[in-house]
Amino acid sequence: MTERTAHTDLIRGIWKENPVLIQMLGLCPALAVTNTVANSLAMGIATFFVLLGSSFLVSLLKKLIPHEVRISTYILIIATFVTVADMSLEAIVPDVHKALGAFIALIVVNCMILGRQEAFASKNSIGRSLLDAVGTGFGFIIALLLMGGFRELLGSGSLLGYSIFGPGFEPWVVMILPPGGFLTLGFLLLILSWWQKRKATDQTGNQQWPDGVKSGGEAA
Amino acid sequence: MTATPPPDAQRPQVKSTKLITTLAVAGMMAGTLIVTVFQKTLPAIEAHKALVLQQAIQTVLSGPERFDTLYVVDEVLTRDAPEVNNPNQLERIFVGYSNGTRTGYAIAAGEPGFQDIIRLMFGYDHTSGEVIGMRVLESKETPGLGDKIEKDSSFVSSFRGIATPITGMKAGTSDEAGELDMITGATISSRAVIKIINNALTRLQPMIEAYEVSQ
Amino acid sequence: MGDLVWILVSAMVVNNFTLALFLGLCPFMGVSARVSTALRMGAANIFVLIITSTCAWFLNSFILPHAPYLRLISFIVVIASLVQMVEMAIKKLSPTLFRQLGIFLPLITTNCAILGLAIFQTNRGYGFLEGMAFAIGAGLGLTLALVLMASIRESTELADIPDLAKGTALVLIIAGSLSMAFMGFAGLLSSA
Repeated sequence: MTERTAHTDLIRGIWKENPVLIQMLGLCPALAVTNTVANSLAMGIATFFVLLGSSFLVSLLKKLIPHEVRISTYILIIATFVTVADMSLEAIVPDVHKALGAFIALIVVNCMILGRQEAFASKNSIGRSLLDAVGTGFGFIIALLLMGGFRELLGSGSLLGYSIFGPGFEPWVVMILPPGGFLTLGFLLLILSWWQKRKATDQTGNQQWPDGVKSGGEAA
Repeated sequence: MTATPPPDAQRPQVKSTKLITTLAVAGMMAGTLIVTVFQKTLPAIEAHKALVLQQAIQTVLSGPERFDTLYVVDEVLTRDAPEVNNPNQLERIFVGYSNGTRTGYAIAAGEPGFQDIIRLMFGYDHTSGEVIGMRVLESKETPGLGDKIEKDSSFVSSFRGIATPITGMKAGTSDEAGELDMITGATISSRAVIKIINNALTRLQPMIEAYEVSQ
Repeated sequence: MGDLVWILVSAMVVNNFTLALFLGLCPFMGVSARVSTALRMGAANIFVLIITSTCAWFLNSFILPHAPYLRLISFIVVIASLVQMVEMAIKKLSPTLFRQLGIFLPLITTNCAILGLAIFQTNRGYGFLEGMAFAIGAGLGLTLALVLMASIRESTELADIPDLAKGTALVLIIAGSLSMAFMGFAGLLSSA
């Protein structure tokens, strides 16, 4: 393993193949629990732990698992780590556990985790699989924090519970309700594709903006 | 799944015993790990649950010296837990003592509110027929409006010492015993809270009276 | 009886699985381009949800009180295997039905709506009938959300939409508006 591939393994999941913002995986937790920064962080860390543990075990055992039962075995491994994370969170930070509720157990069906096992950990060395898991896990945490920060800032006028805008701010309650989740992610994607488009046009010379593009960017 | 696994035809046939062994070994490892963590975390989880329950009872019975658990079995209150398959499904109420006398009963109940089920606990003084205190345990009411049933301290404290059954009144118009000001903008949620208490009492009051007589 | 109706309506519109709880988003994003596909997906979902609810009720009443820590694993394993068996049975018994619904079954077995239903049902302590009402309500709610989304997407095809917004961003923003509209159902059946 050269330094170059190690670097790529780690970085890829954080930005270029960000699980939520680019690959659209793990949307359910990304939308459901991101109404505050604290919840987003807890969810991100729990998912990170499950991903890291499963990737390690799967790549450790990859030679021993027959191809025919690999998916069942992966799910078993993931479900074990999720149960462990669920019980540990309940014992260590019961308030966070109560706020996240059933969504901790639902990490099992987060397609991002199974996807990394099938696509990467089952084919690569332990070291590379761990790097890949760390990268993807951080990418997930970053996406969740972006969502959580945006929604808590507008929806409650605070960050991590500390008031930012002062008492005069009328919170946009809709942002911490379900529709806010959809709208926030939608607008984040708009900003992202606007930014990518701008980067692409910068490289290919100064193209003219189509009308729709500009108004889309401003609306975001 | 970006990767495409080689077609099955190219792979050597694996014996089904090997498949079953793999799954069994994986299952056993998973089971061992889970049971270990379960036993390690159980005391902390149980302790926290007990603490939450105790805090709720302390609030709604305004600080009794100690409390006992009563089980509702066949419409009768009893101290002894009956043998059942799943003890978590038993309905329980709590009786508080101060200076050796029973000061009140803490009852948990839940019914649909505006968004979803509201669960709350309230203390009931059987001698005066008044509510001692109320605390919302669980609710998903709208932030900023419906959630005032737990965050608006004047609404929560207005349950202290109110006669039952409670009648909900438009804000600022309650003057008689048993009348309570509802929250403007959260009428349905406030009404739900009142209804939960009234319904629970309609059902449990005869049992509490029978229990009082038997003591 | 009133409780059952409340559970059904609550799961269907007030606390809609997709639009309020974000469960079952993958089919919502993936299979919502055509109304006819959306309808069949919804029907397959209702079917699997009913099986799931029965399984979860059975496990909760007879097995899990003795081993609560195995909840998650047993839900996943039992539901996945049972759905697979039913899939095989349908394939044998009615090839027509299999062509209509069968291809969706493997897709939704490990979908979060299915596991979510089992977990919510457990947390709320639902019995068999309540579980049934919950499963049917949730399934109808998923179908409703899918069909609404598909109809809107069919009509946006010819609309003049900025290039940037095409694709997932547009679907998410439409979903946000739908979700907001569904908030209006809150309090619909509140008995107070």
